[in-house]
Amino acid sequence: MNVHYLFSLIAVVALCLIAFVGVEWLGLQALFGVVLPYAAVLTFVVAFWYRVWSWARSPVPFRIPTTCGQQKSLPWINAAKIDNPTTTGAVIVRMLLEIFCFRSLFRNTHMSFHETGTGVRITYRWEIWLWVFAMAFHYSFLVVLLRHMRFFFEPVPMVIQLLENLDSFFRIEWMSSVVGIGLPGVFVSGLVLLAAVTFLFLRRLLSPKIRYISLAADYFPLFLIMAIALTGIMMRYFLKTDIVGVKSLVWGLVTLQPALPETVGSLFYVHLFLVTVLLVYFPFSKLMHMGGVFLSPTRNLTTDTRARRHVNPWNYPVKVHTYEEYEDDFREKMIDAGLPVEKEQE
Amino acid sequence: MNDKKWIIAGLLLFTVVVLSPVLWNAFKTPTPPEPVLSAKAKAAGYCVLAKDQMKAGHMQILDVWRDAVVRQGERVYKSTNGKEFNMSLSSGENSCIGCHTSKVEFCDKCHNYTSVRPYCWDCHNAPKEAM
Amino acid sequence: MADLPKAAELIKIDHKPKAKGWMETPVNIRPGMYCYAANPKSLDYMGFPNVREWNPLDQDWKLPNNWKEILFEGIRERLGRFRSFKIFMDICVRCGACADKCHFFIGTGDPKNMPVLRAELLRSVYRNDFTMAGKILGKIAGARPMTLDVLKEWWYYFFQCTECRRCSVFCPYGIDTAEITIMGRELLNLLGLNIDWIATPVANCFRMGNHLGIQPHAFKDMLDFFEDDIEELTGLRMGVQYNKKGADILFITPSGDVFADPGTYTCMGYMMLFYYLKQEYGLDVTWSTYASEGGNFGFFTSHETMKRLNAKMYAEAKRLGVKWILGGECGHMWRVITQYMDTMNGPADFLEVPKNPITGTVFENARSTKMVHISEFTADLIRHKKLRLDPSRNDNLKVTFHDSCNPSRGMGLLDEPRYVIQNVCNNFCDMPPNTIRENTFCCGSGSGLNAGENMEQRMAGGLPRANAVKYVQEKHGVNMLATICAVDRAALPDLMKYWVPGVAVTGLHELVANALILPGEKERETDLRQEPLPGMEDGTDE
Repeated sequence: MNVHYLFSLIAVVALCLIAFVGVEWLGLQALFGVVLPYAAVLTFVVAFWYRVWSWARSPVPFRIPTTCGQQKSLPWINAAKIDNPTTTGAVIVRMLLEIFCFRSLFRNTHMSFHETGTGVRITYRWEIWLWVFAMAFHYSFLVVLLRHMRFFFEPVPMVIQLLENLDSFFRIEWMSSVVGIGLPGVFVSGLVLLAAVTFLFLRRLLSPKIRYISLAADYFPLFLIMAIALTGIMMRYFLKTDIVGVKSLVWGLVTLQPALPETVGSLFYVHLFLVTVLLVYFPFSKLMHMGGVFLSPTRNLTTDTRARRHVNPWNYPVKVHTYEEYEDDFREKMIDAGLPVEKEQE
Repeated sequence: MNDKKWIIAGLLLFTVVVLSPVLWNAFKTPTPPEPVLSAKAKAAGYCVLAKDQMKAGHMQILDVWRDAVVRQGERVYKSTNGKEFNMSLSSGENSCIGCHTSKVEFCDKCHNYTSVRPYCWDCHNAPKEAM
Repeated sequence: MADLPKAAELIKIDHKPKAKGWMETPVNIRPGMYCYAANPKSLDYMGFPNVREWNPLDQDWKLPNNWKEILFEGIRERLGRFRSFKIFMDICVRCGACADKCHFFIGTGDPKNMPVLRAELLRSVYRNDFTMAGKILGKIAGARPMTLDVLKEWWYYFFQCTECRRCSVFCPYGIDTAEITIMGRELLNLLGLNIDWIATPVANCFRMGNHLGIQPHAFKDMLDFFEDDIEELTGLRMGVQYNKKGADILFITPSGDVFADPGTYTCMGYMMLFYYLKQEYGLDVTWSTYASEGGNFGFFTSHETMKRLNAKMYAEAKRLGVKWILGGECGHMWRVITQYMDTMNGPADFLEVPKNPITGTVFENARSTKMVHISEFTADLIRHKKLRLDPSRNDNLKVTFHDSCNPSRGMGLLDEPRYVIQNVCNNFCDMPPNTIRENTFCCGSGSGLNAGENMEQRMAGGLPRANAVKYVQEKHGVNMLATICAVDRAALPDLMKYWVPGVAVTGLHELVANALILPGEKERETDLRQEPLPGMEDGTDE
């Protein structure tokens, strides 16, 4: 059994229980609905600044971009303008592709050994699934997040309504008097998010290599996001909650006039608490790759390192072996061999 | 290598985006919607189900009704307290809008508030609003 | 020295990690997979700390009492100096995209050779000492305290990475294991834990100007010997110039090319090219005995050592008063020149923006560094039809090209050498796309691991490269592997003999020199290797 994922799973279940017990039995709606969300947002922003600033404080002494294509050299050789960018504009394009399209991950390959008649052949097949699910995960998460803005704005902005319309493009309905699926209308993003996060988890669990490198800190956010998606889906399609009450709670938070509607069920508070935890956990964890990817020195620098000098702020003088010392060492031999010297022998 | 100004600009942008709901809405008046019940509905004091159940499940009931009417031809719904209703959104006294006479004052209040756009009125005629 | 297993044995590789976690699996330093410890004399000469005799197989590594403190301070200092280090410690999500990109993982199956785990070896200690989560949650957060076993693990695996950067191409955040290995080796050097194949070349280079410790008179002797060989072949003496003040161009190449086959043929190639340019166009090129090393094993030691060795290039160019510098075929040398030299030892404002006086081409891409790669230089000459070439002299060769790691992923020098090859040879084909250009595989011996005692490690690490060569050998009858790296020229012949018998190794300018028609040369009967030219197989003994 893998301690790492068990630990994370238990932690997430415990978090759900904490919120449930806190609201259902102890009546701590004010804590879970007002105090913690405010604290979490504050922590998220402040700690995010702190982390990024701790990176920014360290200088970039050398320009070390990874060149992933032909350099710009002779005018008649086609340079890879984006993969080997020499201008700031090209770096911006490279970064945008990296951030919005996960370009490097798109290159992923899968190595395997094959027996052939003449021995082993190693192949490197294009491997797209990690990229597909990573894209699905991040974009569905983004859409889910933006959709939630309907709770944060009044009136609900047109763009958000448009996004909802797109997200509910597929109308899936199956109703009976006992259980119904599809009303309110199904948002694909939530399901894709759950599917993608499940894939990412199963990949960690089932691939021996990935299982070997995975830490509790890798499983925890997956379980947390899985639980957030699940509670959201439960609330929307199955157990239902007082959505008007939810909005008035959120609206109270964003107008800085918190109010606690009495009609909102504890499932909502579990959902909210998990999001609170995610916000607090985010800046202290690997999830900070969101900020870090912008600062990666192998991607965000121009490659015209021979054309434009890069300055190292802490460049210090070092002890070198000068030509004079060298000649002093070997003058006689140099003269004998007919090599020119600076100083003839005394 | 002075990229700190770019980093600060990025962080500021990030902060504004994260806090935009608060920055945009702070100190606005909370406006919870108050759907207006018609006199008739008020007098009845009871819908086809209890208020909470209606709030959470009216869309499913309407859907089940539609299928029952169109596919099975069943048109009468017997509620738990024995009353009978016409399984119809918009036809006559004994249908939904028989009681909830104003779409604008009743349905739209919550729907707009929570950005819900039901497709009921794609087919049904909305009731005439009393000006 | 450990016995090298047979190729048929070595290729039986299990890539599935064992059930036991990596933190619980102690390092097993195995003969054949590591290089000998640094010679204390070399460390002493450079003024490195903790000079002593030690053996990696011994229990006691003779560390100073406060070694943990030294490492802690070393990490702290580097976190403050290198944003790359700090970011790469913090943002890895362990997606595993890098796992099967490393030639050492492919060739050994050792899970700690997955780039992500190699970095985790260091990251786990970083988390323990520098992050809140690690301090509070300990092992659950992937943290572990520094111990002697961890240190040994660092040593074993940071000297089992060739800093080739292939993983960084695939990492969604551009995390570069080379950067982590560089930091790891800097830290190890604080405790005197270098390997001899790096430390001694460093000391040699510092004192004598080149890694091999060739003294000035001997350097000239060796090139004189090549003059004799070329004279036998062409009837001409090349008249190599040394330390000549006021020459147009200073030429610097790795000393490996002066020393051992087949690099020596490449060296002869340079000499013949410069002779041609001097005769035809009056171009004045000088070699230097003081800056007689292009490579920089300081790069595999620490940033400071790299700077100390590299300083010679600009210093010598300044002393000789040349216009600009031309660099020979070398891998990591060009990473240092491209991404470090100008920053460390520049600005080279005493030199001119490189301009090829023969073609009029200004090398805008080297405007600040003032150093041009000889592939760029030769490609430019060929493009302007300034060289008389007879590619049919290379018709007995079916050539493929091995992109060296550093020029590919630290520079992007991909098409220039291909252009040159295609103009001096008639038979060229590339290896499969996922094994060349920015996806190229390391020879397995880079970054100072080209020793004799770690032959198993080198053959395992070179497997992916060799396997791709084998593919084109079987499919297209390739019999010559061209490279632009001195370590490649030293390492690949062994690798080919082991995995792909029948394929020889050459530098780019050996091919150029074979095809180059020198003014006034006698009819050539053999190539630079004194093997008969195509069509001359029977005529030699008449």
